[in-house]
Amino acid sequence: MTAAHQFLEQARRITRDLRHRGLIQTALRKYEVKRDEKKRAFPDWESARQAAAEVKWDAINHLDTYLEDFVTRLEARGTRVHWASTAAEARDAILGVVRDRKAKSIIKSKAMTAEEIHLNDALEKEGYEVVESDLGEYIVQLRHEPPYHIVFPAMHLTRDEISDLFHRELGSAQTREPEELTMIARRVLRQKYITADIGITGANFAVAETGMVSITENEGNARLTSALPRTMITLLGIEKVIPALEDLALFLPMLATAGAGQTLTGYNTMYSGPRQPGEADGPEEWHVVLLDNRRTELLADPEQRDALHCIRCGACLNVCPIFRNVGGHTYGTAYSGPIGSVITPHLRGLKDWKHLSGASSLCGACTEACPVKIDLHHHLLQNRRNAVMEDAPLLERLAYQLFAVVANHPTLWQFAKEMGRTFQPFHRWVLRTKLDPAKAWTATRDLPPMAEMSFKEWWRTRQ
Amino acid sequence: MSAREQILGRIREALRKSAPIPGHTHADHPSANHPPHPPVPPAGAGRSAFATPVIPLRPSAAARPWLPPGGVTPAEQWERFCAASTELKTAVQEFESVEAAHARLRELATEQGWTGVASHHAPLTDAAISALGLPTLFTDGGYPVNDLEKCSVGITECDALVAQTGSVLVTSRSTGGRALSVLPPHHLVLARRAQLVPDLGAALELAKARYAPHWPSMISFITGPSRTGDIERILVLGAHGPRQLTVFLLP
Ligand code: SF4
Repeated sequence: MTAAHQFLEQARRITRDLRHRGLIQTALRKYEVKRDEKKRAFPDWESARQAAAEVKWDAINHLDTYLEDFVTRLEARGTRVHWASTAAEARDAILGVVRDRKAKSIIKSKAMTAEEIHLNDALEKEGYEVVESDLGEYIVQLRHEPPYHIVFPAMHLTRDEISDLFHRELGSAQTREPEELTMIARRVLRQKYITADIGITGANFAVAETGMVSITENEGNARLTSALPRTMITLLGIEKVIPALEDLALFLPMLATAGAGQTLTGYNTMYSGPRQPGEADGPEEWHVVLLDNRRTELLADPEQRDALHCIRCGACLNVCPIFRNVGGHTYGTAYSGPIGSVITPHLRGLKDWKHLSGASSLCGACTEACPVKIDLHHHLLQNRRNAVMEDAPLLERLAYQLFAVVANHPTLWQFAKEMGRTFQPFHRWVLRTKLDPAKAWTATRDLPPMAEMSFKEWWRTRQ
Repeated sequence: MSAREQILGRIREALRKSAPIPGHTHADHPSANHPPHPPVPPAGAGRSAFATPVIPLRPSAAARPWLPPGGVTPAEQWERFCAASTELKTAVQEFESVEAAHARLRELATEQGWTGVASHHAPLTDAAISALGLPTLFTDGGYPVNDLEKCSVGITECDALVAQTGSVLVTSRSTGGRALSVLPPHHLVLARRAQLVPDLGAALELAKARYAPHWPSMISFITGPSRTGDIERILVLGAHGPRQLTVFLLP
């Protein structure tokens, strides 16, 4: 089944699932209230967005310089940097470290880039135990499914489902208290931290000026992942670079506000190296894996380059009417929602992923929500155009050529109109059956009847 | 060619075409709305030397009036810190004297039944630990993780308190390493009034002045107790880190 078919089929199923809709709407309404409240703490949210967009523009449009700065400073403090052109190279770099250390267990904090390169599968295939430590990620890992949302991985599940899951997988007693459920996971994961040989993290920002990786989280799981295991590995996309340390004073509150309706996320931590002389703890070695994986192709498209400004806050998903109805898993991609629909065709090929450009009502809610002002809905439109230019289906091409001929010849146009009027009454005999020539349209929509009189005819009667 | 050269090569190739600056492409987004920014420093001063259009770039933290304010006077800042803390469920308490703080510490120890304390050597913590008189694990220079895990509370100093966000700034060098402030179920911070700064920008500046270029391997803004909303978006404290965060403000 192609990705497009899978999308359609799953979307059809989920949009009818009222329980799913209720769950998502409630969760996102809560989010909206909090986000609006926190936005009001900004004397001028729009100027903050503009500033954030400009700083990101600077970073991305001088990416080579800033990346080199970042890497030089990281390496100077004893961090080992690996450059990976492809997902496979990134997996190999990480597997190489894991094998060398003869690791037995690995603890991981949330990293969307790891989803992108299917890191857990690769590690598990080699026999390593990888445990997700973010509560939401841990829950979806136990269910053997990908995260539902880039910020709220388990938002599609009720507490009862989670309780059943824990009961089945961990043997814990059933409970309806989110607090008790959280404590069950806390107890299990505590032991994992203490015994893990390797900690793997993602990253939110890479600071060129100081050679630091900044990680944002609420639970403290990334803090522990980077404190206890002897080896730490951080995987990040090359687009995460920002120029200066003080830029964090802008991005951290914006990420928290747009992403989760918080003033600031619980832990914002900047790492500049492995354990330094005289420090009490921390990993003996730190590996940073820089991932390209076709980001440079997106970079080469000036029209959509700003999609690399994304700070993965998830705000565009939260406001998207399509996301809210079809849900995160339907996309079948690591990055879902509007930003996923924009970048996936670039990262994984337009041919197989162009259908995502249609997963939009072009309402522009995403563009308005984006804290770094990415022109999301126009990019979706541009992807539609690119898809047609690259490879329009033969039938579609013929249909438009025919239309062009007819529309250019008044007599043909007149004739077509008459035919339409004559035959439309018979349409209802085949409506929504296999014989319906307009089935693709009528399956989910009404086909409005043709007007009884054209404007031209009406005008003539007025004369 | 190494992967590094390949990636940098692709980036340079891609950047030969310039991309519009956001908000500067449409007439409906006049950049005149924004306060003036300082000019871009010349190449070599940390900025890149590309011949891309000069745009208003990063103003100093003080010139960012659009970010949430941290307060101007110390009284305003303290008020803001307390308000943020209340919302975050951080317990904040101000003391007239160090002795009063120590007395309250002993009370807390009894109330919560502390059996073991973890801390690091620094003036405020050393005084507090000797006033407490409980078995103490000092993390400085290394410690057994299982012992730290069993401690009832981690007592640390901090580098700054941030009024704007209600955050506590800690580092791996000044506050006993990376785990002390997150592994025990209760994190208690001893701070001085003078450590209160207005906002994140000021806190980062302070850290830079204090440490750059010999940074501690970790600096962290702790904003409230550890939390999660991963189950039905319902707030639960103590997801992985401390369930309780307490800030004692000493004169
Ligand atoms: S595109 Fe914008 S709104 Fe969407 S996740 Fe990225 S930064 Fe957030």
